[in-house]
Amino acid sequence: MATSVLEHAPARDHEASGLWSWITTVDHKRIGILYGATAFLFLLLGGLEALLIRWQLAKPENTFLSPETYNQLFTMHGTTMIFLGVMPLSAMFFNYFIPLHIGARDVAFPRLNAFSYWVFLLGGLFLNSSFLVGAAPDAGWFGYANLTSKQYSPGMNVDFWVIGLQILGIASLAAAVNFFVTIINLRAPGMKLMRMPMFVWMSLVTQMLLLLAFPVITVALIFLMTDRVFGTHFYVPAYGGDPTLWQHLFWIFGHPEVYILILPAFGIVSEILPVFSRKPLFGYAAMVFSGSFIAFLGFGVWSHHMFATGMGPVADSVFSVLTMLIAIPTGVKIFNWLGTIWGGSIQFKTPMLFALGFLFQFIIGGLSGVMHASPPADLQQTDTYFVVAHFHYVLFGGSIFALIAGAYYWFPKMFGTLLSERIGKVHFWLAFIGMNLTFFPMHFVGLHGMPRRVYTYPAGLGFELMNQIETVGAMILGFSFLVFIYNIWISMRGRAEHPAPADPWNGATLEWSIPSPPQAFNFAEIPTVSARDELWHQKQQRGGTLPEPQRVSGAGIHMPNPSYWPLVTAVGVLVFFLGFMMVGWPLNVAGGLLTALGAFSWAFEPAG
Amino acid sequence: MAHADAHALHPPTSTGIESRKLAIWTFIGSECLFFASLISTYLVYKGKSLVGPLPHEVSQCMLHGKMQQCEPMFEIPLVTFGTAVLLFSSFFVVMALNGAQTGNRKKLLTWLSLTVLGGLFFAAMQIYEFTHFYHKGLGYTTNLFSQTFYTLTGFHGSHVTLGAIWLGTLLIQAFRGKLTPDKAVNLEIAALYWHFVDVVWIVIFPVVYLMR
Repeated sequence: MATSVLEHAPARDHEASGLWSWITTVDHKRIGILYGATAFLFLLLGGLEALLIRWQLAKPENTFLSPETYNQLFTMHGTTMIFLGVMPLSAMFFNYFIPLHIGARDVAFPRLNAFSYWVFLLGGLFLNSSFLVGAAPDAGWFGYANLTSKQYSPGMNVDFWVIGLQILGIASLAAAVNFFVTIINLRAPGMKLMRMPMFVWMSLVTQMLLLLAFPVITVALIFLMTDRVFGTHFYVPAYGGDPTLWQHLFWIFGHPEVYILILPAFGIVSEILPVFSRKPLFGYAAMVFSGSFIAFLGFGVWSHHMFATGMGPVADSVFSVLTMLIAIPTGVKIFNWLGTIWGGSIQFKTPMLFALGFLFQFIIGGLSGVMHASPPADLQQTDTYFVVAHFHYVLFGGSIFALIAGAYYWFPKMFGTLLSERIGKVHFWLAFIGMNLTFFPMHFVGLHGMPRRVYTYPAGLGFELMNQIETVGAMILGFSFLVFIYNIWISMRGRAEHPAPADPWNGATLEWSIPSPPQAFNFAEIPTVSARDELWHQKQQRGGTLPEPQRVSGAGIHMPNPSYWPLVTAVGVLVFFLGFMMVGWPLNVAGGLLTALGAFSWAFEPAG
Repeated sequence: MAHADAHALHPPTSTGIESRKLAIWTFIGSECLFFASLISTYLVYKGKSLVGPLPHEVSQCMLHGKMQQCEPMFEIPLVTFGTAVLLFSSFFVVMALNGAQTGNRKKLLTWLSLTVLGGLFFAAMQIYEFTHFYHKGLGYTTNLFSQTFYTLTGFHGSHVTLGAIWLGTLLIQAFRGKLTPDKAVNLEIAALYWHFVDVVWIVIFPVVYLMR
C-alpha cells in the first residue's frame, strides 16, 4: 500500500492554474478557498430564504407564500445555514490556517481533505436539488418524528433531507479525523499544546465534538430512513415505537452541534481581540479549559430542547442544572475577552469591529439562552420567537460576525491584498444595525406569544409593528452582504496595485511570518517555536519588527501530488446514497463499487 | 526491535505515533458512539415488542400467513461458536502482524489467512442466522425486536465484512511479497480496526444474546 503522499513530489513555486488543478488539488489552502467560496454561496442562498420568510411575515395573514412553501423555506434556511453555511465557513479557516498556525506544510491526510470538500459540495448540491423538483425538505431542520414518517410526509422532501444530511455527515467526520490528527501530530518543534494559538485549541475541541456527535445523528437518520424506505417502526407509536427516541438521538447530536458552530468563532475572536488591542489573550489556560469544559458539558444538556415533552421533574431538573452550569465557563471566556481588551491599545479596524460586535451580541444571546434553562420559563418560551431571537443572536450575532471578522482579518494573507477599510466600516454598521433590528424585537414578539414555524399570524395580536421592523432589519442585513461582496470584488480587482505585506496587522501567530499569499509549501523552513504568541516573541527579541519574508524557490521541499481519486470516491458515496431514494439496490451496488474503486485506487496510487 | 524499525519509517510526528495509526484510533473512537447509539436503542426497546417472535421466549407471531405459537429466536450455541471464532481471529491477526514485522512470510501468510477465514466464517454464520430467523417469522419490520436486532447486528456484520475485505487485500499483498516489515504498519492499522470490531461484538453478544 502507498505510504503517505506527503513525501516525494518536487515543490512547485508557482501554483498550477486551471480548472483541473483545482479539481485535483490536495493543497489545504486551495481546499480552504473552495470551502469558503462554496459556503459563501450557500450562505447567500440561505439568506435569500430568510428574506422570503421575512417578506411573508411583514404583514398578518399575508399570502405571498403558501404554507407549504413557507415550511420548505424555514426548513432549508436552517439546514443550509447550519450545515452548508457556518460549518463549512469554519472549515475554510480550519483548512487554511490550522497548518499555518502549527507550523506544518499541510494537513495529515491531504487527499482525505479533498474528499471531505467534494462530499460536502455534492451533498449540498443534492440537498438543494430538491428545490428543482418542488420537494424541498419541509419538516424543520430538526426533523421531528413522527411528522417525518412516510404517513405524514409522503413526498420526497424528507428523503432529500435524510440522505443529504447523511452525505454531509461523512464529509464532516472525515475532516474531523483529519484535523484532529493534524493538530495532535503535525506541530512544529516547540509548538507545545499550551503554546498553540487559541484558534487551534478551539478547533481541536470542535473536531472532538464532531467525532462524537455525528455518529449519533447518523444512527437517528438511519432509523428514520429505514422507517420511510423499508417500513420499520422505530418512531411509530402504533407499533410500539417512540417518537421521542428521535428527539433524544437528534439532540444528543444537536446540542454539541451548536458548540461546533460557536467554538471556532470563539477561536477566531480570541485571535483578533489580542492583535487589535496589542495585548496578549487574557487567561490563556482558563480559555483552554473553559472551552474544553463547555464541549464536555455540552454532551450532558441535550434534553433542555425537550422540556415540553413531559420527561418528568427529575429529568427536567437535571438538565436544567447542567444547562445553567454551562454559563459558568462561558462567562469565564467573556470576562477573559474583556480582560484582553482592558488597558489595551485598541485599533478599531474592521476585524476588531466585528469581533466587538460578536462580544456584545453573543452576551445578549447567552442571556436569553440561560433563560431557556429554566423549564417553567422555557414552557412559555419554547416554540415562540423568543427562541428564534436567542439562537440568531448567538449564531448570527455570534458565529457569523466572528466568521466575517476572520474574513477581514485573514483576507490579506489568503489573497495578497487587504479588504477596503472604508467599505468594511460601512459593512459593519449596516450589519450591526440590520442584525439588531431584525432579531431584538423577536424577544418581545416571542414573549407575547408569536409561535415559530407558522407561515402567518392573525391581525390584532400586536405582532404587526415588531414584524415590520424585523423585515426592514432583514433587508438592511441583506444589503450589508451586497456591500461585503462589493468590498471583496473591488479589493480583488485592485490587488495587483495594492499588495498586502506578510504582516499587515502586527500579528502574533505564525501565518504572518510568511508571504501573502503563502507559497505552496507554506514555510521555507519549518519554524522552531519557543513561546506562545511566537511572532510577538520574535519581534520583541529583534527590537520590534521582522523583515518582510522573501519568496524562495522551494526546491527540495516535498509536497503531496494532486489526485482525482478523492473526487471519484466522493461521487461513489453520492451514488450509493441516491440508491435509497430512487432506482433502489442497483444504485447502491453501483455506488458501492465506485466508492471501492476510488478508495482502492487512492490507496494504491504511487506516492511519488 | 521490529517496532523501532517501523517507527523510524514515517515522518517525525509530535507524538511519535504514525499519523495513520492515530487516525484509525480516532475513527474507532467515533465508531464507539455509533455502536453505542445502536446498542442503546436496542436496550430502550427491549421487551417492548407488541408481537412476536421474541429472542428468548415463546410468543405469538405471524407465520405462514396465520398467527401461531412461535419459538424463541436465538440459537445460543451457534452464535457462541461464531463469537469464539471472531475472538480467536483477533489473536490470529496479532500473530500475522508479528510475522509481518519480523519478515516471516510463512507466519504472516498462515495467520493472516486464518484471520480472514475467521472473519468470513463469522459473517457467514450471521447470514445463516438471519435467513433462519426470517424463515421462523422474524422479518426486518416484524416488530421492535427485529428492527433493532437486525440493524445493530447487521451494521456490525457489515463492519466485519469490510474488515475481512481490507485484511483480504493485505493478504493478497502478502502473497505478492509486498507486505514487507517496513509496510507492516499497514497491517497494524487494519488489525486495530479488526480488534475494535471484535470488542463491539464482545458488548453485543452478552447484551443482546445472553441478557434476558
